[in-house]
Amino acid sequence: MPRCSGGACHFSMLAFVIQRLFQSALVMLIVALIAFVMFTFIGDPVDQMVGLETTLEEREQLREQLGLKDPVPIQFINYIGRAIQGDFGISYQFKRPVATMIGERLPATLELSMVSALFALIAGIPMGVYTALKRDSFISKIFLTVSLVGISLPTFLIGILLIFVFAVQLQWLPSFGRGQTVDLGWWTTGLLTSSGIKALIMPAITLGLFQMTLIMRLVRSEMLEVLRTDYIKFARARGLRDRAIHFGHALKNTLVPVITITGLQLGAIIAFAIITETVFSWPGMGLLFLQAVQDVDIPIMSAYLLMIAFLFVVINLIVDLLYVFVDPRIRITGGET
Amino acid sequence: MPYVTGEETTARTQAAGRPENVVRKSLITSMLDSDIWHSFKRSKITILAAIVTFLIFFGALFAPLIAPQNPFDPANLSLIDSLIPPVWEEGGDARFLLGTDDQGRGILSTLLYGSRISLAVGFASVIFAAILGISLGLLAGYVGGRTDAVIMRIADIQLTFPAILIALLIDGSLRGALGGINREQSAFYVLVFSIGLSFWVQYARTVRSSTLVEKNKEYVQAARLIGLHPIKIMVRHVLPNVMGPVLVIATINLALAIITEATLSFLGVGIPPTQPSLGTMIRIGNDFLFSGEWWITMFPGVMLAILVLAVNLLGDWLRDALNPRLR
Repeated sequence: MPRCSGGACHFSMLAFVIQRLFQSALVMLIVALIAFVMFTFIGDPVDQMVGLETTLEEREQLREQLGLKDPVPIQFINYIGRAIQGDFGISYQFKRPVATMIGERLPATLELSMVSALFALIAGIPMGVYTALKRDSFISKIFLTVSLVGISLPTFLIGILLIFVFAVQLQWLPSFGRGQTVDLGWWTTGLLTSSGIKALIMPAITLGLFQMTLIMRLVRSEMLEVLRTDYIKFARARGLRDRAIHFGHALKNTLVPVITITGLQLGAIIAFAIITETVFSWPGMGLLFLQAVQDVDIPIMSAYLLMIAFLFVVINLIVDLLYVFVDPRIRITGGET
Repeated sequence: MPYVTGEETTARTQAAGRPENVVRKSLITSMLDSDIWHSFKRSKITILAAIVTFLIFFGALFAPLIAPQNPFDPANLSLIDSLIPPVWEEGGDARFLLGTDDQGRGILSTLLYGSRISLAVGFASVIFAAILGISLGLLAGYVGGRTDAVIMRIADIQLTFPAILIALLIDGSLRGALGGINREQSAFYVLVFSIGLSFWVQYARTVRSSTLVEKNKEYVQAARLIGLHPIKIMVRHVLPNVMGPVLVIATINLALAIITEATLSFLGVGIPPTQPSLGTMIRIGNDFLFSGEWWITMFPGVMLAILVLAVNLLGDWLRDALNPRLR
């Protein structure tokens, strides 16, 4: 396989970055189109905003004001323009600006997601390495069984089980809410109070368990795959110590997919927070979104879609770029196979 | 790939006169007859999973015959019977082995009827997703060019979002578009559509990549040379050779689809409580968890967990059995 060197490499890297940026913009545009179609064509925004006693003339006037009489492409451009400025319209249900509502709920969701991801990584990687190295040990079998259960059980069921054991029976942990939060002005955090941390434990485990099992299984299968390769055999033949082979050669080479998956899973965690937040009445964006789906509150739904899409696209972009730096083989093919 | 027994396959091999068929059939024969069947017999846990899956399917299929009462018929229900604990607890009633919920429905009967709905939604959405994904995958792989680019780009974009989120969005939009009419009747189709549309990508990608390999093989070139219609080549010649992995995905996706249905129903945007699925039952019971009526949530929860675990185990085994590298 040819290796790029010097200027050629920089050029292909730059081309790759530009290509990826362009793709991300395209994805955002398509998602924005979907959000716009939802926003405009599902239900009549005017009907949702006015009372029953509003006259037809007033409705027409409002329609004019909202720009609903403009040609659709212009409406779309205006929609994107407003979205870029952070204006996602007014919630049908709560009659408040959607951007403000999401802003209030963002810290709760991000805090929960970050703690869950951390939990998944810290527990998942060592478990994966262990089960790969000691394939037939008893503990490995327990880990694998638990991981199968973790993948099989739906998130909400795990949450309910935890609540049943630790909140209803043992009464150790609270079953709902964030506990006491500290307002930092631009951010509210539950990490600084003991009731906040207590309230975080069960939701974080519920949310992170699936990712933990995923990371564990991934690390395990990658390790097994790598341990079979010729360069590991060669390293053994050279008489290197097991520790050096396992951690210096094998684990290092398994980390590329782990980085990718963990990065991509970050988005999934934020999306799956919808379920966890519902089970634990965690006052985050997910709960807001779910209530919006139940009430068909389209402005919140489309704003959430746009925001999540943006988050995903950014995460994907970062993962892709990281990937290039970690794995030199991708630089040649430009990432597309 | 249909699951065929030894005798059937041999019969078919003999019946198929043309040489190209003999080659293909004998491939299938060797895979099914020797490897898969033997690895099935070797693995005790797989046999157990198969038995459990079969029992649940059986119970769901014949629910009207097995169930002690019909929980979907309001005429059978009485509020006096509501919130009765299971038989072995104090205050239990022999008519309701596993107790009743808040509307006097026997949990056991509702479980049987509920798993029927869960399985129906699961199967229907897997089939919907598979047909959509296989068709698009074949098309993308075989036709290539711009068709391929468009389909796979859409797939890429969709793959960046978790299926549950897409299902929720489609579900919400559909219900908004339907405007709440016929909520009870439409719920099933809304769910199948939402779940199916959120799971097609995996089929499309797998089928596309195997199609890319297959389409350069000699039998496809031969078929093209004798002037067969591309659609016929895709369906008759390429499709049977790319179905192996599809079967594995379908099995694993069945578990995923059941989970997704249960999740959506639990979140209150799935099957309505009048004819509850497993997820809806868990949602109903969740409100009673704190007042001590644990059985309304726990039995459907355990049922769901066992069902999904069994199907997953079958899928895991199938994947390993079809992957020669892992043996």
